[in-house]
Amino acid sequence: MALLEVTDLHKNFDQLQVLKGISFSLEKGQTLSIIGPSGGGKTTLLRCLNFLEMPSAGRIAINDDGGSHVLFDGSAGRELKAAQIRENRLHFGLVFQSFNLFPQYTALQNVSLAPRLRAKGKEDRKAQLRAIEEKSVELLRRVGLGDKLDYYPHQLSGGQQQRVAIARALALTPDVLFFDEPTSALDPELTGEVLNVIRQLARENMTMVVVTHEMGFAQAVSDQVLFIDGGVIVEQGPPEQVLGAPTEERTRQFLRGFGKG
Amino acid sequence: MFQTVVMSLNEGFVKSLEIFALTLLGAIPLGLIMSFGSMSSFKPLSGFVRTVVWIFRGSPLMIQLLLIYYAPGMLGYNIWGTGSSGRFAAAMAAFILNYACYFSEIFRGGIESIPRGQKEAGQVLGMTGTQIFFKVTLLQVIKRIVPPMGNEIITLVKDTSLVRVISVYEVMWNGQAFIKSSGLIWPLFFTAVYYLAFNGLLTILFGWLEKKLDYFKV
Ligand SMILES: Nc1ncnc2c1ncn2[C@@H]1O[C@H](COP(=O)(O)OP(=O)(O)OP(=O)(O)O)[C@@H](O)[C@H]1O
Ligand SMILES: [Mg+2]
Repeated sequence: MALLEVTDLHKNFDQLQVLKGISFSLEKGQTLSIIGPSGGGKTTLLRCLNFLEMPSAGRIAINDDGGSHVLFDGSAGRELKAAQIRENRLHFGLVFQSFNLFPQYTALQNVSLAPRLRAKGKEDRKAQLRAIEEKSVELLRRVGLGDKLDYYPHQLSGGQQQRVAIARALALTPDVLFFDEPTSALDPELTGEVLNVIRQLARENMTMVVVTHEMGFAQAVSDQVLFIDGGVIVEQGPPEQVLGAPTEERTRQFLRGFGKG
Repeated sequence: MFQTVVMSLNEGFVKSLEIFALTLLGAIPLGLIMSFGSMSSFKPLSGFVRTVVWIFRGSPLMIQLLLIYYAPGMLGYNIWGTGSSGRFAAAMAAFILNYACYFSEIFRGGIESIPRGQKEAGQVLGMTGTQIFFKVTLLQVIKRIVPPMGNEIITLVKDTSLVRVISVYEVMWNGQAFIKSSGLIWPLFFTAVYYLAFNGLLTILFGWLEKKLDYFKV
C-alpha cells in the first residue's frame, strides 16, 4: 500500500474552484515533483494536505508503520476537531517558500521548539529534552549548519535560513515532507545549497513532495512528476515521460517556457 | 518655604503616579481585550469596538473627564457620590477607557503586522493556538509595540494633570494652589521638574527595553 493516498481532492474558495479532483499516491521513500503554471493550485494542494486550508471534498490517507490512518474524508460529513487536525499535521512537514523561521529564536531553538513543546508534561521530560537537543544539533549538521547553531535568522543568508527551515520540518520526523517552491525566494547563487540538501534527503529515502520551477532538479530527483493546471492533474508519470516526452499539449506548452520540450 | 512647597508637590505627585499606575493596570488588559474585539470576524462586535475607539480617541480627554463625572448626576444617577474618592474613581474610569482605546489600536497594529506565515509555521509543527500565541507571536508583537507604547505612556504622564478639571488634587493642582494661598507663582512652574524627571526615567526604561529586544529582527 502506498504511504500517502490522496483521492479526488477538491477545494473551493466560495464560488472559485481551485482544486477539481486531485488524486495521486506516493510510495514510501519516493520523491514527487509538482510543476505547473502560476495559479494552477499547487500551493493550495500543499496547504490542504497540511490542513492550513480545509479541503472541500476528497480523501487523504496515510499508511505508515502504525497502520492506516484516514486523515480526511469529505464524505464522512463531520468537521475535524482542532486536536485531530494537530495530530494529522504530525504526519507531514511543510517547508515554505518564504522560510517563516521564528525570528526571536536561534537556528537551534527554531529546530527544537516544537519537539520541546510536545515533551511538556511527559514523565521523562528531562531525558527527552536532552535527546531533542542532540537530535536538533544533528539535523542542523546534516543540512550543513553545524557551525551556525546559535545564529539568529537575520544573521543567516536566505539559503541558510531555508536549510534551517528544512531541519525544523524534519525535527518531528514527518512521514512526508512537502516543499512549496523552496528556492523561489532565493538569489540564484543560493538555490544550489538548498537543492543539494533536498537531493541528499532523496538519497536517504525521505518521502517528499516538491513544488518547483527548477526543471533540471525535478528531472534529477523525482520518481514521479505531476503537471497541474487549472486545478486538475493534466499529466503524471516518471520524469522521463512528463518532462522528456510529454503527451499532453498543455504540458509541452508549459515546458517550452522553460526552454525544454 | 521651599520645603513646604516641595512637600505639597510631592504629595500631589504621589496622586499623579497613582493615576498613572492605575491607568496602566486597567488600560493594558482592557486594551488587549478590545484589540481582540476589534479584530473579531463577528462584525457587530468589531464595529462596536471600533466606534468606541473612534469616540475616545476622537474627542478631548478633558471633555471625557467632565462628562463621565457630571453626566450621571445630571441624569439623576449619582454614581460617583460627593467625596474626593468619587471624583478619583470617575477620573480613573475616564483615563482607563481613554487609554485602553489608544492601547487597543497599538496592540491591533502590532498583532496584525506579524506575517501570517509565522502562525502557519507553528501550525504545521503541530503547535496549539495558545502555544503559537505565547511562544511565537507575543514577543514579536512586544518588540513592535514598545516604541509606540513608550510614546503613549509618556503622554499619559503629562495627561494626569487634566484630572484637576474635576478637582482631583494632583501635583499641578497643588502647585497652582500656592498662587492663591501665598502669592507664589514659581511652584506651579516647578511642577514641570517632576514631569521631566519621571519622563526621563521612563525614556531610559523604554530605551533599555528596546535594546533588550534588539537581538532579533522582525
Ligand atoms: N485563500 C484564498 N482565497 C481565495 N482564492 C484563493 C485563496 N488561495 C488561493 N486562491 C486562488 O487559488 C488559485 C490557485 O492558487 P495557488 O496559490 O494554489 O496557485 P499556485 O499553483 O501555487 O501558483 P504559483 O505558481 O503562482 O505559486 C489562484 O487563482 C488563487 O487566486
Ligand atoms: Mg504557489
